[in-house]
Amino acid sequence: MTDIFDIIVVGAGPAGSMAARFAAEQGVSVLMLEKDRDVGYPVRCGEAISKKGVEEFIPLDEKWISSKISKFSLNSPDGTEVVIEFNDSGFILERRIFDYELAKTAANAGALILTRAYVNGLLFDDNRVSGVKYEFRGEQKEARAKIVIGADGVESRIGRWAGIETFTDFRDMECCVQVTASNIKIDPGTLYFYFGKNVAPGGYFWVFPKAGCSANIGLGISGYEGKKKSALSYLNDFMEKNYPEVPVLTSIAGGVPSIPTLKKISAPGILLAGDAGRQVNPLSGGGIASGMIGGSIAGRIAGESIKLNKPDHILTYDNEWYERIGKRHEIYNRLKNGVYNFDDERFNKIAKSFSNVSADKRSLGKLFAIALVNHPLLLIDIMKVFI
Amino acid sequence: MYRQAKTGKLLIEILPGKCDFCGCCVGVCPEDAIELKEAEISIIDSLCTNCSKCVWSCPIEVIKFNKEGVLA
Repeated sequence: MTDIFDIIVVGAGPAGSMAARFAAEQGVSVLMLEKDRDVGYPVRCGEAISKKGVEEFIPLDEKWISSKISKFSLNSPDGTEVVIEFNDSGFILERRIFDYELAKTAANAGALILTRAYVNGLLFDDNRVSGVKYEFRGEQKEARAKIVIGADGVESRIGRWAGIETFTDFRDMECCVQVTASNIKIDPGTLYFYFGKNVAPGGYFWVFPKAGCSANIGLGISGYEGKKKSALSYLNDFMEKNYPEVPVLTSIAGGVPSIPTLKKISAPGILLAGDAGRQVNPLSGGGIASGMIGGSIAGRIAGESIKLNKPDHILTYDNEWYERIGKRHEIYNRLKNGVYNFDDERFNKIAKSFSNVSADKRSLGKLFAIALVNHPLLLIDIMKVFI
Repeated sequence: MYRQAKTGKLLIEILPGKCDFCGCCVGVCPEDAIELKEAEISIIDSLCTNCSKCVWSCPIEVIKFNKEGVLA
């Protein structure tokens, strides 16, 4: 195998696979490196996504759809439940299959994939990124490329090595834990959210149904709250109270950088995509769809840059991302700062007002109106962006 | 012998065998002082300033502040 490529993508999650595919589709040579043994595993994700978010990139396939979603249940601290149906359907994915299928689309487009390849440094030519150093089966290796795309997740270090400041303030990191448990008796078409200082301060608690009466149950809290009490202890409290002694199939930790996208996601010879570029919806914490969009833009622009032989063309990535999604994430971030600072009483009040509305009149608009009376922030936009 | 951080004795400790390798700590480390592979994690002593942001952010409490210092 040659060690010179047009483009090297680091990380084979949804963002990396889309970057590799959209680059390879331009007819350039692409290598994608993944540090883990398997693409798609371990899964560090609640796995919720809107139908629209998936369809843009891959035809729907039952094998990676764990459940189909059509309702939200929002639960305030005093137990008041607000149920809202929505028109666009959503899914809980089976990410370990989904990611694998996405990587296959990259391979089918011509990208090479190497797993268990841990990138531990960058190569530079005249201050321009020109490749990566990586460890593969115990050997230190190098591969050169005209463009490197860092899609290496929340733990990304590649951007920093290229001089892009990527670390996230600990107060903006949503520190998450999740179990996938079975024997969970909930509506299989509803996403359940719980708010309040006792369940998930500065974040939210989720119960997302999966196939066969199982569910992803987890929460994210700000690192600031984690200082006082860890995400794990909140999860243990919730499980003990609501689902004692259910069989737990997986148990996982994770971090979600809940901030607007970095000011800079490109530099000479390098682009960042997905969690690495902080392309996460800061309000919902959702990052699959936005990561795929970011990766696809990065891959396409990188491919174009090679074909046109215009190295600086990649610097247009920042703007294209900002116009498509980045701008919107700034608004979501403002909403997040409002909503996650609501105290328990405010959550209760909004939920109570809404539960007085008769079922046939319940709409996002009505909840919006009530939230508006309670708070000038546009609370309802939460619902639109949760998946 | 204590391990030496950038700012003196290393006071941050990742409890062996308990990490889930989620990368939350790497994402909040302002000094790029944590190295995470597939299932291996370590603090890069010479870069760590004992700022403790990783301790606060760890979702599963496996990074500890050890005021005595971490032994080599």
